Amino acid sequence: MELTWPDDAADARARSNRNLSELERWASIAAGAGLTVYGLTRLRNSGWAYATLGGLLLRRGVTAHCDVYEALGVNTAADPGDTRAALRGSRGVNVLDSVTINRPLEEMYRFWRNLENLPRFMRHLESVEKVTDTISHWRAKGPAGTVVEWDAEIHNEVPSQVIGWRSLEGADVVSAGSVNFDSAVGGTGTRVTVHLQYSPPGGKVGAAVAKLFGRDAETEIREDLRRFKQLVEAGEVPTTAGQPRG
Amino acid sequence: MKALCWYGTNDVRVARVPDPRILNPRDAIVKVTLTAICGSDLHLLDGFIPTMKRGDILGHEFMGEVVEVGSGNHKLKKGDRVVVPFTIACGFCHFCERGLWSACDNSNPNAWMLEEAYGYSGSGLFGYSHMMGGYAGGQAEYVRVPFADVGPYKVPDHLSDEQVLFLSDIFPTGYMAAENCNIQTGDTVAVWGCGPVGQFCIASAWLLGAGRVIAIDREPERLMMAADKGKAEVIDLTRTHVFEALRDMTGGRGPDACIDAVGLESHGATFDDWYDKAKTSMMMATDRLSALRQAIHACRKGGTVSIPGVYGGLLDKVPFGAAFGKGLTLKMGQTHVHRYLPVLMDRIEKGQIDPSYVITHRLRLDDAPDAYTTFRAKEDGCIKVVMRP
Repeated sequence: MELTWPDDAADARARSNRNLSELERWASIAAGAGLTVYGLTRLRNSGWAYATLGGLLLRRGVTAHCDVYEALGVNTAADPGDTRAALRGSRGVNVLDSVTINRPLEEMYRFWRNLENLPRFMRHLESVEKVTDTISHWRAKGPAGTVVEWDAEIHNEVPSQVIGWRSLEGADVVSAGSVNFDSAVGGTGTRVTVHLQYSPPGGKVGAAVAKLFGRDAETEIREDLRRFKQLVEAGEVPTTAGQPRG
Repeated sequence: MKALCWYGTNDVRVARVPDPRILNPRDAIVKVTLTAICGSDLHLLDGFIPTMKRGDILGHEFMGEVVEVGSGNHKLKKGDRVVVPFTIACGFCHFCERGLWSACDNSNPNAWMLEEAYGYSGSGLFGYSHMMGGYAGGQAEYVRVPFADVGPYKVPDHLSDEQVLFLSDIFPTGYMAAENCNIQTGDTVAVWGCGPVGQFCIASAWLLGAGRVIAIDREPERLMMAADKGKAEVIDLTRTHVFEALRDMTGGRGPDACIDAVGLESHGATFDDWYDKAKTSMMMATDRLSALRQAIHACRKGGTVSIPGVYGGLLDKVPFGAAFGKGLTLKMGQTHVHRYLPVLMDRIEKGQIDPSYVITHRLRLDDAPDAYTTFRAKEDGCIKVVMRP
């Protein structure tokens, strides 16, 4: 157990396991201590329950980490728009997938570099608009028919190799992503690898519920990448929606 | 329009449905002038193929006239007369570029279903379940053809519908099966199943240089067609011990190549066939394969077993030890129709073959439900049904 305060640089806080703000932390410690003392003095009249609850609150305050917040995807410790804080470790939804495309690497790199192309195959995206060369505005379908929006910047770019982006402060959905381009085995096309992270609306619990209904992130990205392949190889995404049936 | 729809096992009906429309730029709409029932359609009628949905339009052997073309299709125009491959291929993926059209990466919108079962998905097919793409089929007045700048093949005016219709599936399927046998001049080829595909296996084996072709079935009229039109020697499996007959006919060595043109609903006359029937009827197995077992058993050492017959699931009691022990080559798969269409159209134009000889029933689309049951029961000498909408 850590007893000394870590330095309060935002960076360290973002990378740490903490998800409680200073204020909440002290409140937790104070309430925990009070409840523990109260419970210990009344052990014969169910005081043990107060003491246990107090102990848990004390632990929450001292470690500055709340398991319930973790599950719900809540973090009051850091700047809420900080992608490192929201997406670190097991926080956020983390998806990695790749697809092999029968097209030249350069062409695939240029296609992705124009992020405005993404809604053509990523079904949950409504639009991506270019603001500057590296900053773009994203609109996506949120839960229950809502629309979520955020600004993202390209913060890492090696031409023909990798593009990395992350959401900026004030995002409805804190997210980050990268796409890597490699020559496919035998030089027969391009291997495109996508790594996406986002802090799901409703937290981890929301993501687990979504999975129950078959809309988990892995499946979504797998099908997005399939549509991407169909679009750039065949020029269109095959469909049967709208065909006749008896 | 009118279309033949699947409503459940043993339940197909002609229904009124909306006309198809262009859904993608490379699409075309074809007004069907002639369509056929395929032996593999019977697997749908019998409920052997999973992921069928009530109301699905069947049919994957069809031809007709182009009546509408999508904005991105620069190859076809209104009025073109075309025959359409039953496999749908994008023309630009890794597999299409290598001529493996039925392995197209991009034409199956439900590829994930087959990936679960097979690891990778093949191409989409017309009218053949949702795991094969869920595309509406061609036993209808009109059909939407995706990637129509790659698949449909123009038909010369002087050839009739009946002469070219089977280029959509069964003639290329029989031809690929024979080509897969790697026939050397003078080879003996044995063909299990004398349905339409089997008939084209026989004809194609001759075209590719076989010295002898032996056909095996139990239906007299099918054996008769194999003998009369196909010029094959025939074995009636209900009267003759197939393995011994083949051994005796080949000087004790066995056929150089064996073709299983039967597939997953084999009707044998041996103990293993009853075993398969019992297991499949209890849902403990998906395929019946007495023809395949016999083909592997009868094939000569170092020979080839070619399998155009359709299989779908996990096969029980495959004599794999025999296949290994004799060093057999096994070849199989959905037909790369796009590859064979030009070659075989050319052979038809040159008069080397007229595939219409397999037709025994010429009906209207309205008659389709009865035609399915007649075809399945092999009643009335039924070998191949074609229908005009």
